[in-house]
Amino acid sequence: MANVHQFDVVVVGAGGAGLMAGLYASRTAKTAVISKLYPTRSHTGAAQGGISAALGNYEEDKPEWHMYDTVKGSDYLGDQDAIEFMTNEAINAVLELEHMGLPFDRTPEGRISQRPFGGHTNNETGKPVRRAAHAADRTGHMILQTLYQQCLKNKVNFFDEYQVLDFIMVNGKAAGVVAVELATGELHTIHAKAVIFATGGHGRIFEVTSNAYAYTGDGAAILLRHGIPLEDMEFFQFHPTGIYKLGILITEGVRGEGGILINGNGERFMPKYAPTVKDLASRDVVSRAIYTEIKEGRGVNGKNYVYLDVRPESVNKFAAMDGRTNPDGSPYKITGEQVLAKLPDIIDFCRVYLGVDPITQMMPIQPTAHYTMGGIPTNKYGEVVVDDNGTIFPGLYAAGECACVSVHGANRLGTNSLLDLVVFGKYAGLRAAEYAKQADFEKLPEEAESGARSAFDALRNGSGKENAFDLSNELKKVMFEDVGIYRNEKDMAAALEKVRELQKRFKDVGVNDTGKIFNTELLNAWELGNLLDIAEVVAMSALNRKESRGGHSREDYPERDDKNWLKHTLIAKKNGKLEISYKPVVITKHQPKARVY
Amino acid sequence: MEITVKIFRYNPEKDKRGNYVTYKVEADENDRVLDVLEYIKGKVDGALSFRRSCAHGVCGSDAMRINGRNMLACKTLVRDTGSNITVEPILGLPIQKDLIVDMEPFFDNYKKVLPYFINDSPLPENGRERLQSPEERARFDETTKCILCACCTTSCPSYWANGEYYGPAAIVSAHRFIFDSRDEAAEQRLHVLAETDGIARCHTAYNCTVACPREIKVTKAIGEVKMAMMTGKLD
Repeated sequence: MANVHQFDVVVVGAGGAGLMAGLYASRTAKTAVISKLYPTRSHTGAAQGGISAALGNYEEDKPEWHMYDTVKGSDYLGDQDAIEFMTNEAINAVLELEHMGLPFDRTPEGRISQRPFGGHTNNETGKPVRRAAHAADRTGHMILQTLYQQCLKNKVNFFDEYQVLDFIMVNGKAAGVVAVELATGELHTIHAKAVIFATGGHGRIFEVTSNAYAYTGDGAAILLRHGIPLEDMEFFQFHPTGIYKLGILITEGVRGEGGILINGNGERFMPKYAPTVKDLASRDVVSRAIYTEIKEGRGVNGKNYVYLDVRPESVNKFAAMDGRTNPDGSPYKITGEQVLAKLPDIIDFCRVYLGVDPITQMMPIQPTAHYTMGGIPTNKYGEVVVDDNGTIFPGLYAAGECACVSVHGANRLGTNSLLDLVVFGKYAGLRAAEYAKQADFEKLPEEAESGARSAFDALRNGSGKENAFDLSNELKKVMFEDVGIYRNEKDMAAALEKVRELQKRFKDVGVNDTGKIFNTELLNAWELGNLLDIAEVVAMSALNRKESRGGHSREDYPERDDKNWLKHTLIAKKNGKLEISYKPVVITKHQPKARVY
Repeated sequence: MEITVKIFRYNPEKDKRGNYVTYKVEADENDRVLDVLEYIKGKVDGALSFRRSCAHGVCGSDAMRINGRNMLACKTLVRDTGSNITVEPILGLPIQKDLIVDMEPFFDNYKKVLPYFINDSPLPENGRERLQSPEERARFDETTKCILCACCTTSCPSYWANGEYYGPAAIVSAHRFIFDSRDEAAEQRLHVLAETDGIARCHTAYNCTVACPREIKVTKAIGEVKMAMMTGKLD
């Protein structure tokens, strides 16, 4: 081992959760943050609409309401102790971001501005509540920038463009990670007492996705190989409004500002599916509604898309019909200029990629694979929990989209992902630093790098009969079609078989680039291996759950089944074979009931 | 349609100097240049190297020279470039491999302007947000959009001539804080920018504004910082 670095805490990933963890851990412990991207390239930066907290800056709101909405949004699969913790922490989390300088939009009084978002309601009236604190439609960008800036200010150690390849465990404890420096191809061992994974989601297993190329589930795949279970991997969120074919996200904030969904017959269809909150129902509900409209022949021009309409005349017409008002009680009205000011990036995306101007034209949209609800099981302090008894893996932490606390359960509410990053990133950082203070370094094994080396060697020496690009496309297509918004036994079984065939064919992938410097071909191939392993776990977990709940909608089991399935799935690799087990859902205040919006 | 893509290639482990390789591939006019590069990498030459992540113009990874102008490959469509596309690395930073340049000097310049919020005054007693009017917030809205892609800095002739110049992106980052009513370190940043390799090296060539994929009026922002420096006023 040529390059060994020693830190108390190593954070893998530099998006919102990783930066927050790095910021907090580095206050008391020697900490390194490694990231395959420059931190400011992380996918947190693509989040648009807002971060939720019951600040009540425009109207009455309470953390208890935020908690209930999140529980209901999760289709009762979220753990209520963790949800309550998060929604109570939310207010201080958002204020802390403001204190760090985050440029939130402002109310006329100079407070943080808030907008309505899907599933966030006044629990007494059932009407949408303004809970999403926002900075135009680039809230994630501002969070990412602000946290990175604070890390610079606090002199956090960064290893930029280091790709994690393996996790080192010794005597059942975390001992560090192995990473490759992209610029040189050199392997590095980061010897640490505590390891925090904050590696993001795996939306790249799907064909149409809002997710970055980097979203290949690296952290989850690495831990899976080490026998650590993954939780609720069948639950993946399809965001209702992605740009047709490209999948680029169009924020729910568009509907928060009054935008409506229109089918091929020119009809507003959401009142049929969600009579009270209509276009601002939970994402799973809206995605299914769009899919149903399309399936029943009401897509636009017989194609797989509908329209999202934010033209001021449409917004104002439907706002008047809905009786929507401003905080001062006056009728809600919006101008083209205000749309442009509130949603500048969305307008820009539509102009660039579609040649459509949303101020005067409707946007063609379809549901897009968006968010990983499942992941590495943790408790509310980011500690990785390896079984159904709450047993903690010493020194191992996870936070953000790669983790499953579980606060999102079967379906995440919009804006709760940014909140999740900030809250649980912070606690993972604090806990990891505390742990490191009392723990000793485990002795590094001689062969610490051997796993990483052999994975690379296999790809370099593959026969080359198979092409990684083709395999990747085959994977994405089958997962999107058969393990997508609507699922059934037959299609999922076929998809699982296909994924396993692709895993076999993957062994014949050969990398042509023999160099060391920025060998992106080798890295992409390695990432494909992660996607294949994660896809297998997603398909298998989905096939196993015989009910419909949140983002998991089965045509053959259309109802939620609390009697048999109000439980989390755990899936782990034991002796080379995937095994499924379960753990109970934590229910404190809200007993499951029918979910109506 | 068939398009012709001429790409600058350089592998430091093999090549003494870079050269151009031409590829003829099928593409749709709605394809992004990034899609075309991904296709070439996937099907023609896996060694072709470039950075990318979000693929829709918000992460700033894939700045390159496309037909002679700095752009993000994911925000440039074939319908805009036409069927002859030349792709080269951005200028002024050392080329590491193909379209990948060394970004360290760029980030080093960024770090010089204290690109983080500074306010050491006590927080509001109730622990709530510091107040800021919508007008005060609007004052620096434009420069909060910056994604640090380096399109502006590497289009700047002053930067090409002198790599010690902090460059437009660093000044944009400084602007974002200098004009934030909550921040207290405008003076320190103006002091940094008054150094020899600071703002004086801007000769308003305007390339930066043209290059910015986020449509930030970079030259205007630099002008506002210059004015603040001369007048000592921040309005």
